[in-house]
Amino acid sequence: MNWSWIPRNLDRVAELTVQHLWLALLPVLLGLIVALPLAWLATRARVIRTVLITVTGLLYTVPSLALIVMLPLVLGIGILNPLNVVVALTIYTVALLVRSIADALDAVPQAVVAAATAMGYTPLRRFVAVELPLAVPVTVAGLRVAAVSNMSLVTVGAIVGLGGLGALFTDGFQRDIPAEILTGIVLVLVLALLVDVALLAIGRAVTPWTRAGAGARA
Amino acid sequence: MTGVIDWFADPANWSGPDGVPVRLLEHLQYTLLALVIAAVIAIPLGLWIGHTGRGGFLVVGSANALRALPTFGLLVLLANVFGIALTPPIAALVILAIPPMLAGTYAGVQAVDRAIVDAARGMGMGEREVLLRVELPNALPLILGGVRSATLQIIATATIAAYVALGGLGRYIIDGLALRNFAEMAAGSILLALLAIGIDLLLAALQRTVVSPGLRTPAAIRTRPRLRAV
Repeated sequence: MNWSWIPRNLDRVAELTVQHLWLALLPVLLGLIVALPLAWLATRARVIRTVLITVTGLLYTVPSLALIVMLPLVLGIGILNPLNVVVALTIYTVALLVRSIADALDAVPQAVVAAATAMGYTPLRRFVAVELPLAVPVTVAGLRVAAVSNMSLVTVGAIVGLGGLGALFTDGFQRDIPAEILTGIVLVLVLALLVDVALLAIGRAVTPWTRAGAGARA
Repeated sequence: MTGVIDWFADPANWSGPDGVPVRLLEHLQYTLLALVIAAVIAIPLGLWIGHTGRGGFLVVGSANALRALPTFGLLVLLANVFGIALTPPIAALVILAIPPMLAGTYAGVQAVDRAIVDAARGMGMGEREVLLRVELPNALPLILGGVRSATLQIIATATIAAYVALGGLGRYIIDGLALRNFAEMAAGSILLALLAIGIDLLLAALQRTVVSPGLRTPAAIRTRPRLRAV
């Protein structure tokens, strides 16, 4: 195998890595922003919940390449627009998160909600200051699944010319350079691992109370 | 959009080796072939690991690693190393379908109430009977959940495998792209979405039908977040 491909193309690899991170992580952020209000709505009424979970579940079922190719029809943009990949991955992230956040919000003990109400919290403030923080561990678990699978999903976009490190797969295949393909696979795995660890650390940092009890007992 | 409707209305797209029936059948054949091979490997292995409790870390590890592994990269690498043929992409479909079924089967057997297993042993059942007549039926909802995610995984992977010359509905996307024929690409995508959703609904119905009435609670039918690597 011709390993010399790697040192000769470091600049290109770095540029694609940055593009890859944008394409994979922007949808995680957008997905979270969209999923939070939807999950809140889902906890308000049974009908809304069923509709939301059914619709997002069906969208989650559509193969990624098919979704990326269909979106230009809906969005009215060109097929080579990176927005197609971002929107497709945002849809998958929302589908994952809505259900788990709604379940987490439902699991907040009624006594806690009642106590917050009795202390004079308005519904909105109660949601932001009490219910949402208690749903953080489940939300972070969902974000980790979404972020890790997005790292791999982005590369599918390379087939239509916008896939971050996936470009190493198409280019390596067409020019017959296995070292290039392997570089892409290893980098995607490393990025997935790094983002998983980073989200885990963020999740722990914003929920100090989950460890306070364990520390006191030890 | 009108281009897409015209594509569907054109009789030329419904016959011959590149017609919808042939491409659909190809896609179904790959899916069924890969699913059966993967199930024959994953389900007995998952039952054994779940029953004995040995090697559970392997199951969890393989399911997590798969989620991060770029499927498209694996397909391209296999085609690059072994050449353009049918076997490498089909092998990739099988490899990728094993972890979800293995994880579902293992989790299903693990989740069976220990009191039920003890009662079965107390009634004089042997290990084989405990596994096949008690643990297997109780684990069925989660096993079928694993089969469902594996199937979706295979359908999606077979789509991108068209890039390395596999047939099936993915061909419309790859060939349409080469010819800059957007209507053909969009039509193929719509067919793929319908296929994936149709098969998933079919499997959901199957899941509801074959699972023992005693287990048919919403919590049992509900699957964990599904894996999506493609």
